[in-house]
Order: sequence, then C-alpha cells, then structure tokens
Amino acid sequence: MDLTFQPSMLLAILPELGLAGLAAIILALDLIAKGNQKILLGWVTAGGLLVVAVMAALFARPAEQPQLIFGGMLRVDWPAFTFRLIFLLGAAVTVLLGASEHISKRYGEFCALVVVSTLGMSLMASASNLIMLYLAIETTSLPLYILAGFRVLDQKSVEAGIKYLLYGAMTSAVMLYGFSLLWGFTGTTNLYEIADLAKTGGLSPLVLGGTAMLVLVGFGFKISAAPFHFWAPDVYEGAPTPVAGFLSTASKAAGFAVLVRVLMAVFPEVASFWSLVVGILAAVSMVIGNFLALAQRNIKRLLAYSSIAQAGYMLVGVAAHSAFGAAGAVYYLASYLVTNLAAFGIVWLVGREVGSDDLDAYTGLGRRNPTVGLAMLAALLSLGGIPPLSGFFGKLLVFGAAVQAGQIWLAVLGVLTSVVGLYYYLTVLKIIYRPGTDEHALPVSASWRVALLVCVAGILFLGTVFAPMYGLSLSTAGGWF
Amino acid sequence: MSFPILSLIIFLPLAAGLVILALPAERKQAVRIIALTAAVLDLVLAVVVFIAYDVAQGGYQFVERFWWVKQLGISYYAGVNGISTPLVLMGALVVTSGVMISWRVEERPREFFAYLMFLGASVQGVFCSLDLFMVFFFFELAVFPKYLMIALWGYPKTRDYGSMKLTLYLFLGSVVSLVGVLAMYFAAGQNSFDMLTLEKAGFSRAFQQTWFLVVFGGFAILGGIFPFHSWAPDGHVAAPTAVSMLLAGVEMKVGAFAALRVAIMLLPDGAHFWAPLILALGTVNVVYGALIALIQTDFKYVIGFSSVSHMGLVLIGFATLNNEGLLGAGMQMFSHGIMTALFFAVVGMVYDRAHTRNIGELGGLFRKMPVAAVGFIIAGLVSMGMPGFSGFVAEFPIFMGAWKTLPLVAIIAVLGVIVTAGYILLVVGRVFFGTIPPKLDETVGDVSLMDKLVVGGLAALMILIGVFPTLSKMAPLIQSGVTPILALVGGA
Repeated sequence: MDLTFQPSMLLAILPELGLAGLAAIILALDLIAKGNQKILLGWVTAGGLLVVAVMAALFARPAEQPQLIFGGMLRVDWPAFTFRLIFLLGAAVTVLLGASEHISKRYGEFCALVVVSTLGMSLMASASNLIMLYLAIETTSLPLYILAGFRVLDQKSVEAGIKYLLYGAMTSAVMLYGFSLLWGFTGTTNLYEIADLAKTGGLSPLVLGGTAMLVLVGFGFKISAAPFHFWAPDVYEGAPTPVAGFLSTASKAAGFAVLVRVLMAVFPEVASFWSLVVGILAAVSMVIGNFLALAQRNIKRLLAYSSIAQAGYMLVGVAAHSAFGAAGAVYYLASYLVTNLAAFGIVWLVGREVGSDDLDAYTGLGRRNPTVGLAMLAALLSLGGIPPLSGFFGKLLVFGAAVQAGQIWLAVLGVLTSVVGLYYYLTVLKIIYRPGTDEHALPVSASWRVALLVCVAGILFLGTVFAPMYGLSLSTAGGWF
Repeated sequence: MSFPILSLIIFLPLAAGLVILALPAERKQAVRIIALTAAVLDLVLAVVVFIAYDVAQGGYQFVERFWWVKQLGISYYAGVNGISTPLVLMGALVVTSGVMISWRVEERPREFFAYLMFLGASVQGVFCSLDLFMVFFFFELAVFPKYLMIALWGYPKTRDYGSMKLTLYLFLGSVVSLVGVLAMYFAAGQNSFDMLTLEKAGFSRAFQQTWFLVVFGGFAILGGIFPFHSWAPDGHVAAPTAVSMLLAGVEMKVGAFAALRVAIMLLPDGAHFWAPLILALGTVNVVYGALIALIQTDFKYVIGFSSVSHMGLVLIGFATLNNEGLLGAGMQMFSHGIMTALFFAVVGMVYDRAHTRNIGELGGLFRKMPVAAVGFIIAGLVSMGMPGFSGFVAEFPIFMGAWKTLPLVAIIAVLGVIVTAGYILLVVGRVFFGTIPPKLDETVGDVSLMDKLVVGGLAALMILIGVFPTLSKMAPLIQSGVTPILALVGGA
C-alpha cells in the first residue's frame, strides 16, 4: 500500500472539500440572513451544489485504472464519480423543493444538513476501507436522523426521527459487527485486500457467507429492502416530505453504491451465495412493497411501500451478478431518483396547500394545476415502468439481467409484481383526474417549479434518449468488477 | 427511402396530441380541428403507403433505421410489409373515424383528443416496428391514454372496473411477452433486437418450444385469446365510443400482429409444436364468444363478445400455418378492424340518442337513423361472412386452411358463424326494426353528417374489398406478406 501523499489526491476529493465548504458558508449566511431572505439560501445551496457538480465533472474524473488514494481510504473510480453526481442532483432538487415558509425559520439548517449528508454519501460511494466506509455511513445518517425529526413541534415528525435513529443504530451495529469479523479474520480493513487475504488464508465460505449476511443487514436498512423495511412507511409519513423524498432517493442510492461495492469487492468467493440471498431480498421486497401499497390511503405511505418495491427491482439487477445487471441497477437508480423526487415534490405541495396527505386530497388536481397533474402522471407512470418515461428502460435492463443470469423466476416475479404496481399507480392517477370540488390552482414557488422541471425533464430524457446514461452506467458497473 | 413517411405516420399524431395539450382548455373547436387534421393527414399518408407499396418486390419497404442504444443493439427501425401495410391503413382509418365520431364530446375535449392521438401513435408505432424494443416501447406508450380515456370518459357504471381490468390485462400480456423476448435476445447472442436478424438466429428446438408459449401467450392476451379474453368485452363496453372502436378495432390487432410477427415468425418450431393448442383455443373463442354474444341484453356487450369470437378466427388462421389460413387471418385483421369500428360507432350513436343500451328497450330505430342502421346491417353481413363483403374473403380462406389442417376445427368454427348470424339478426331485428317505443319516438333524432360520413365510408370500404379483393390490392398485398412467413415456418 502506497501511503505517500500526493497533491493530486486533493483534486480527487475536491468535490467533497467543496461540499464541506458549502455547508460552512450556508451556516454563516444563515446567521446573517433575516426573515424572508432565508428563502434565498435554497438558491445559494443549489447553486453551490451545481458548482460542486461542475468541479466533480471536470476535475474528479477517474483515470482509466481505478486508483486508491489516501492510503487506500478512498477509491477514485467510475462508481464514485457517477454516484457523486446522482447525490448532488438529489440534494439540489431536495433543497429547492424544501423552500417554504413551513421550515423557513430553520431553512439554513435544513440546507446545511442536506449538504453534510450529501458529503457523507459521496464518501460512501468512494470509500474502500471499512473504517472510512463506516464513518461515511454515519456522516450520512446523523444529519438524516435530525432531518427526519426536523419539525420538532410535530409529534409525527419527532417520532419519525426517533424511529429512524433507533432502526439505523441497530442495523448499523449489526453491520459493524460484520465489519469487525472481516477485520478479525483477515487483519486488514481495506476492502480490496480482504478478498485476497480471505482466499489465501483459506477462510471458510461459511464465515464469509455469514459475514456477508451481517453486512447486508446494514445495507438492506439503507435501501429499505424487505425485511429491513419496517421503518420506511412510518418515517416517510412523519418526516417532512422533502426529507422523505431525499431519504427515499439519494440515501437509497448511497446504500446501493456501498452494497454493490462491498459485495463485489469483498465477497467474490461466495458470489453464488449472496447472489441468491440478494435475489430473495429482491423477491420479498417486490412482493411486500407492491402488495402492501395496495391497501394504503395515505400517499406518503403508498410511496414508501412503492419505494420498497422499487428497491426490490434494483436488487434484481444486483442479484444477476453481472456488469449488465449492475449497469441496469445504476440506470434504474438514476431514473428512480428523478422520478421519486418529482412525486414527493408534488406530495409536498399538495400536503402543504390542501393540508392532507390522504389520497382524497388529490381529487381534481389535474384540473386545478394541469401541469402539476401531468408531472404527477409522468412520475407515477415512470414508477410503473411505462414508456416514454425513464422507469421503462430501467425495468427492461434489470429484468434482462435476470433473464441473462438464468434467474427467470426473478424476472417473472418482477413483471407480475409490476402489474400489481401499475394498479395502485393508476388508482392515484384516476383520483388526480377525477373532478374535485375545489377548482382553485395551488400556488407554487419559483424554486419548487424549477426543481420539478428538472425532475420531469430527467424522467423524459432518461425515458427516450437512453444511450448517454446507459454508457455511464456501464462504465460505473465496470468500476465495480 | 429518403422520405421518412412511416415516421411521419407515427409521430404526426403524437405531435398533434402534444400541441393539443398545450392549447388552453377553452379552445374546444381548435382542438377538434387539429385532431381531425392530423388524423386525416395520417390517413392520407397511410393511403400513400398502401398504394406505393410494391407488391412485386415484396419484403419490407419504406425502411428507416438509426441507432437508439447501440451498445444493446436497439434501433429505431421502421418498415412495413404486406401484413402490416393494411394494418397501418386500418389504424389510420379507425383513428380518423374515431375523431369524427367524437366531434361532440364536450367534456374536456382537449385531453380526450390528445389521448386519442397518443393512442393512434402507439398502434402505428407497433405496426411499423422492425425492432423488438420498439414494439414494446410503442405498445406500452398506450397504457395511460387508454386507461384514462376509459376511466374518465367511459360508461359511469363500469368504467372503474373496465378500465383497470383492460389496462392490467394488456400490461400483463405485454410484460409476459417481454420476458420471453429478453430470453430470445440473450439466447440469440447477436446483441440485437432487430427482428430480421433474430429470424436467422437459429434458436434450438427446445428453446423455441419453451418460449413460444410465453411470447405468443402474452401477445395473444392482447388479441383476446380464451381464457384471457374477458378484458375485451368489459373494457370495450366501458370505453367511450371512439376508444371502443380503437381498442376493439386496432388494439386487438396489435396483439394478434405481434403474436404473428414475434412469436410465430421468430419461433417457427415452437409455433408448430403449439399449433394444436392455439387451434383449440381459437375455436373456443369463436364458438364461446358467439354463444355469449347471443344471450347478451346489452347492445354493446353483443359487439364486445363478437370481437372475441372474430379474433378466434384470426388465431385459427395463424395456427393453420398454411397459406390459406394466414392469408385469411391477414384479411380478417383488416376486415374485422373496420367492421368492429363500424359496429361500435353505430352502438355509440344509438346510445347517445336513446340513452339506453338495453336491447329490450330499443326498437324500430331504422326509421329514425336509416344510415346508421344500414351501416350496422352491412357490418353484420360482414361479420356473418356473407359473400360480397370483406368478411367473406377473410373467413373463407381461414376455413379452407383449417380444413386442410384439421377438418373438425373448420366444422366447429363454421357452426360458430351460424351462431354469429343468429345474434346479428336478432340484434338488428330488435334494435332497428319492429315497433319503436313511444318514448324513443319522441326523443331520438337522426345521426349527424359527420357520423354518416364515418358509417358510409367504412361500409363502402368493406363492400369494395369484398367485391374486388384483388383489384383493391388487398389480397395480393397480404399474400406478399404471407409468403415470407411460410418460408420461415416451412408450410405450403
């Protein structure tokens, strides 16, 4: 292991440095800003995130060969690059969606917490050392616990925060136990050395497989895959809606990034075993998520179950254990990020203006705000996997990967549950287009409009022009293998 | 081809739909005019393709191709042959008729016509596809328009149920096929979704026998195969008139066409293996559909089940895997599309004026709306397979083909046609003749000029094809499409 420091390493973590700086700037501005000026912090944050994204795209591009930097703490490769951009997009959209008088007094803190969490995610995607990985996960999670309970006067929000914290702490402890076993058996914390040592050291597959299960608990929680999903509906329901959107997208994407990296890097010896386990998790998630969503009358709970099901579809790609499958999961994630953020953005608007998250609050939305109605249509159908929206291609890729890997049962289960999924997405759609009693248009803010526009443009772009993102997904998958 | 005529046919309605959605909701007349213009232009283009298609040359013509996702071998690949050219024409005809028939839709016409246009684009996209990815892309494009059109403008009592049932069945069918198609893609190992490449992939016999059922079964659900047919009557009856026309007339043909194009042509050994099953199910479709139609009291359900019955003939034609059967199936797809569109159009006209579809409460409407009645009778004669109408030139070859394969099927299917004659005559007699109930006598008026144009046009076309199958280019055209299929399946 090369432990020497080179200045070029700083360039590789320039985006992360930028994020840390941005968080500090926001906190400072928050002290200066008064009253309504705080709303402007959202634009500052989004602008800052954009600058970071440009820096990431220009300076932090991976070389042809993946590089380990800072003594093997981080790995500069395509997964880190792609996921960083995904997180930045998710954070920027969340911050812009979140701007509202409801949290305006503490809007600065909101933005800063989102940025810090994004910093953690970005490190998660590039961490190549168990200690670094754990620290990154906690850097991500702590701000999220606070954000989930952000509305301290709202009991449900506080409950969501506590629940999320308790579940998170517990699964994190199990995962940490798995990490400690890995270190104990191999004597190294570097992900890419563990596999070699496990092989030469003749570590029994039983131990490796058991460790893989322990680690999967932690990651399964992050991506809200069944059976680690119980927190999701309650937390999504109670947390402020933009936070729920962020949890269900960027945070889930971060979970996937580490899940795939650790499985691929540390456990190649027991690949057929974890492939089966992940396949089962995928199947259970698709079934539980879709069927329980049918019974929901609260849109946030419905989207929570839907997001469990979506995690299942992404896991189908992972279970295939192929570059094609991993690329499919990445494409799916990118598509899901813009889609679900759009959906949660609209739920935020309706919940705020109509004062309810019940499905009935959506009657007549298509007439009150035709554009918002169309955006919700796009988001729901994209979740359902209908072209020309992004979800279609994502589903095609992951099911294709399952078929290619010979896991026909997974593909069949996947398509059957997507029929169930379509049922409740269409039900919501019907409610939106039913005539309602109130015909007044809901007021939308400029930042909300921009954020929604970005999401819908993303849904349409990823749903019709597949090649650029697919190419990036392939490179990303290549970095894992 | 330098001029992208097929792309225009596909994207013109799509563009029109988007333009319509961008208009303010109050400009109802502008919406209608844009929709009609786009539909008519589309029809003109389809007629141009129909006339310009060179039968002597055969094969795929007006081909356009460019890469969509090169890494995966997905391309935008459009082209038509002897089977799909008539279907493109039929689709354009039905869309145009649908727009005309919906002229008086007053409830949110903007969304209505926009969705109708999307639906039109979707079916044309499938008919013109030479790439499997494109087939699914365009087919599923129609999911939300058809769902919302039925759920929002449909028959209030059953629209919730009918719309969801229809949409989920169709989605189920397409995704089941999708799994099979993915299996074909990987088994072929050509890194290509291009159907012409996959035709030469040389799938093993065992592979074909396993996956044919999945691929064909999925698409056949869209074509209304027994026992997965029940979405069709429920969905069609719940739908507003134009959507019933389009769904029964065109969308079911999309399923049948895809079953032929993808399952039978790409997996011919599988087709041979499973042909007896399809023959049997198709026969059940014909007889069962007709018998159920016979006992319906709802005017629209009669037609809904008649579609199930007639699609059975298409399936029988496919399953014969011989020249006569396939030719007849090709004719039947066109003929039934036009016929059932006319049926549903007239049913809609009657319902709009009498406000009931209960056959017992109708009667003597011939005097009130003679043109519509004559149109319905002509469609009825087509559906009975009377010589001189397009139904005859379609059904007769199917029976010939079935006789060559399995005489019993031909005999049973012909009996089914007798039942067809029964329910058609019964309905015609009860709805259009006899004494008119006094209540209807006062309220019911004649149909509008727009309606008459639709009825007259569609009826004339069916007679034209029935009397001059060769002269109207229909038979030679379809024959030119059937010959390559026979080369693939190895039939006579």
